[in-house]
Order: sequence, then C-alpha cells, then structure tokens
Amino acid sequence: MATAETPFTLKTGLAEMLKGGVIMDVTSAEQAKIAEDAGAVAVMALERVPADIRAYGGVARMADPKKIKEIMQAVSIPVMAKVRIGHFVEAQILEALGVDYIDESEVLTPADEVHHINKFAFKVPFVCGARDLGEALRRIGEGAALIRTKGEAGSGNVVEAVRHMRAVQSAIKRLTTLGEEELMAEAKALGAPYELVKLVAKTGKLPVPNFAAGGIATPADAALLMQLGAEAVFVGSGIFKSGDPVRRARAIVQATTHYNDPDVLARVSEDLGEPMVGIDITRLESSELLQTRGW
Amino acid sequence: MAPIGILALQGDFAAHGRALDDLGVPWQLVRTPAELATVAGLIIPGGESTALLRLMHAVDLRAALEAFHAQGRPLFGTCAGLILLARETRQPAQESLGFIDVVVERNAYGRQIDSFIATGTPLVPELGAAPLEMVFIRAPKIIALGEGVTPLATCRGDVVLARQGSVLVAAFHPELTADRRVHRYFLDMVAAAANTPAARPVPERTTPGR
Repeated sequence: MATAETPFTLKTGLAEMLKGGVIMDVTSAEQAKIAEDAGAVAVMALERVPADIRAYGGVARMADPKKIKEIMQAVSIPVMAKVRIGHFVEAQILEALGVDYIDESEVLTPADEVHHINKFAFKVPFVCGARDLGEALRRIGEGAALIRTKGEAGSGNVVEAVRHMRAVQSAIKRLTTLGEEELMAEAKALGAPYELVKLVAKTGKLPVPNFAAGGIATPADAALLMQLGAEAVFVGSGIFKSGDPVRRARAIVQATTHYNDPDVLARVSEDLGEPMVGIDITRLESSELLQTRGW
Repeated sequence: MAPIGILALQGDFAAHGRALDDLGVPWQLVRTPAELATVAGLIIPGGESTALLRLMHAVDLRAALEAFHAQGRPLFGTCAGLILLARETRQPAQESLGFIDVVVERNAYGRQIDSFIATGTPLVPELGAAPLEMVFIRAPKIIALGEGVTPLATCRGDVVLARQGSVLVAAFHPELTADRRVHRYFLDMVAAAANTPAARPVPERTTPGR
C-alpha cells in the first residue's frame, strides 16, 4: 500500500484513457489475446465469467494470482481484476501483483456485509458498481476512481444496466435543479456525502468517469448504454459465452465508438452468430440477484 | 478558423475538449474521414494504441490522416497519440503512422502503479520559463529522436515533448492538468499553418508504416 496518498488525477486519469472503449472479461491468456486483438482497451482477469459463477454457485473469490500473472504477461493493455466487497487483503494481493485497476465487485461473494474497502489506502485505482447516485457517491467517498452500473452480471439481459444508468443520470439532473438549501436534505435522502452532493449539483456530472456493466451482450446493447450516457462499457459473459467471440468482440468495440451512427451499428450487428443465452431477471429469486450485494 | 478536431475513436478526448474550452477555441470530435476533412488541426488523445489502430482501420482513417498530414495541417498526439505518430514503436513493435522521426517504447515506465506526476522543464521561450506539471500514465518513452525533431521539454532526463514540422507529441498528458501552455503552443501551430495555405510545400517524407 502507498504510504502517501496517490494523487487522484493518476487514478481517474487511467479511466479517462479507457473512455469510448470496451473492457472485456477473460479467463485465460488466450482469451486476453483475442480481446486485445479485437480492440479491447483493457481486460478483466477472472477465474470464471459471471454466467459461470452464477451456474457454479458456492463462494466466488479473487482469481488465482498465477492466472492473473499469465494474463498480464499476455497483453500490453491494462489488466483489471476483481476482489470481494470489503476484502481489502485480496486487494493488497492484487496491488502486489501490479494489476492496473481493482474491481470491488458484487459478482464475487461479499466478504464484508457492512464495509466496503477504504480505497484511498491503495495506489492502484478502484472501480465499483452502483445502482443509483447515492451508491455511486458512497463509493467515490471511499475512494473509487471509476463508477460502473451494476446491471445484473451474467444475465445477458441489459435491462438492469439500463435501469441503473437512467437512475444515476436522472438523479444527477435532479440535483442540478435544487437550491443550495435543499442539498443537505438531499444528501441525507441519498445517503451520500454532502460535499460530493454539492459538487455534482454544481457540475452536473459525477466527479469520476461513469461506465456501464452488467448484461451487455450485443453491439446494440453497448450503443444503448453509450447513448444513455455511459462513457465506456464492460462486457462480461457476453463475448466468450457467445457463438463467435472474435466477431462479437470486434463488433462491440466498433459499436461502442460509433454508438451514434445507426449505419455502422447495422453493419457490425450482422451475422454475429448466437448471442449468449439470456435470463429473464423477473424469473430470478431475490437471493440470486448479484446487484443487491453491497449498499 | 475551422475548428480543432479531437480524434474520438477511444481515449481521453473529453479531457482535451475541456482544455480547448478553457482556451475558448471551437473544436469537434472526429471519428470518420468525413469529419477529419473539416478541421484545421487534429489532437490524437491518450488511450490504448492497440485499440486506436484497430478502430482507425475499421473506418479507413489511415489514408485520410496521411493526406491531412501531407497538406501540412498540424497534429498533436499525447501518450497513445505519440505512439501512433511515431516512426517506430517498440515493446511490442506495432504499426504506426510515422509522421514524426522518433522511436517510442510503450509502457516504458511500467504499469499503473508506476504512473506518476512530475515537474518538467520547457526548453523553448514559447512555452515560458516556469516548470510544467506533467502527468504520466502507463506512459511511453521517446528513446530516440531524428535530426529533424526539436525537443521542447524534458522531465527526469527524458525528452517528453517534441516537434517536427507540423507534428507535436507529448509522452505526458497536458490535458489532465490546469496549465494550458502546451495546448496554446499547438493552437499557435494551427494558426500559423492556416496563414500559409496553398503555398506550403507538401512534406517530402512519405510514411514508412508497416
């Protein structure tokens, strides 16, 4: 861990470099190469993709350091890896490995049901999931340098990511319409730090980049989240659980850049083979939802 | 003057937009050859050079960028932008545009935990005498400069800002600090190029890329 606090500009700075790009979940060095060749801006090194974590059950933990190192050696783009919510020792291990970003992720089984990691204590930047503005600002208050929607990971269904992105954007818009005297009550209602609420009310945006994740399976899904205000997308199971990962990965990369150009979207969406099989979220038991982990 | 273009295939194009807003100049995002045709100069932002190459080829931007450069319209690359503009890229070797005669080593300072902020030294009066705060994020290093390349600033013993003709490159991210001297320098290059239109000779060098 860093002794002096790492400048926040360095942490958000790397996220700035990823904007307009696609971060892909990979479980091996070969998949990491495929992702890099397809134009991924970073990869997320995992033991299993979320759809398999969902199917496998049990406790999901940080990936084996050996696997993470193999992936780091295989590609020149940044490598991210996940730790359990609140598991600051897994985070210390990932920092020792030299991963470029740590995802404190609801996809893994939480290690602490009350506290998230104090992310200011680390030199490596953190990304955290959020379902709404209050949650996003709590994570930023703990030191997250990048926020992503939680969506519903491993579902192949974009509906939850859309819900979370819309919730964050509309809450930000609402804040900008409030008078200064209303902001303390709003901070209380959001459960968010007052200083951050004031900042967002003034600037009309989050103080860190805002990406989308959770259920993105097609180029159109990626473009949808971008049009809703995401600045980049994470694709988890959607690529390597599909019929033709190479074509789909390339197509999602193109769609994320040209998200406002329906002609490009039509062209890249053609003939991609089978998408991953999706799940109707309403058929999931509440205990099966990953997005409700963390607070 | 026509707006400044910011290549928005991927990367920190939004941060460059904020920098140009500070200076009060019009700008537009560029994702296609058609959009490139309407700008006076182009900023290639930081990002991932491998992804930028892939995205560039998907819309046939390489030929358009070569024509843009041949017309003498200025280009400014930061970090990944430097990697794309360089004559040669190492670690690993990859395709580049070859608009400036420098050799660049990717991720030369290490991974994200090795990213740093340092104080650099301007070498030319146009940039002023005061030290420049510089943000290096998984930064590339210029390891060799051709004779035609002018070093404009150094940091920790390395040339980190350099120019050859209409091409400006930075290993660091001037768009991530509040000091606007480097962007202002580029705007002066664009203004000068706009004032010497058709008379300007097309550079002899052709691009060596692979």
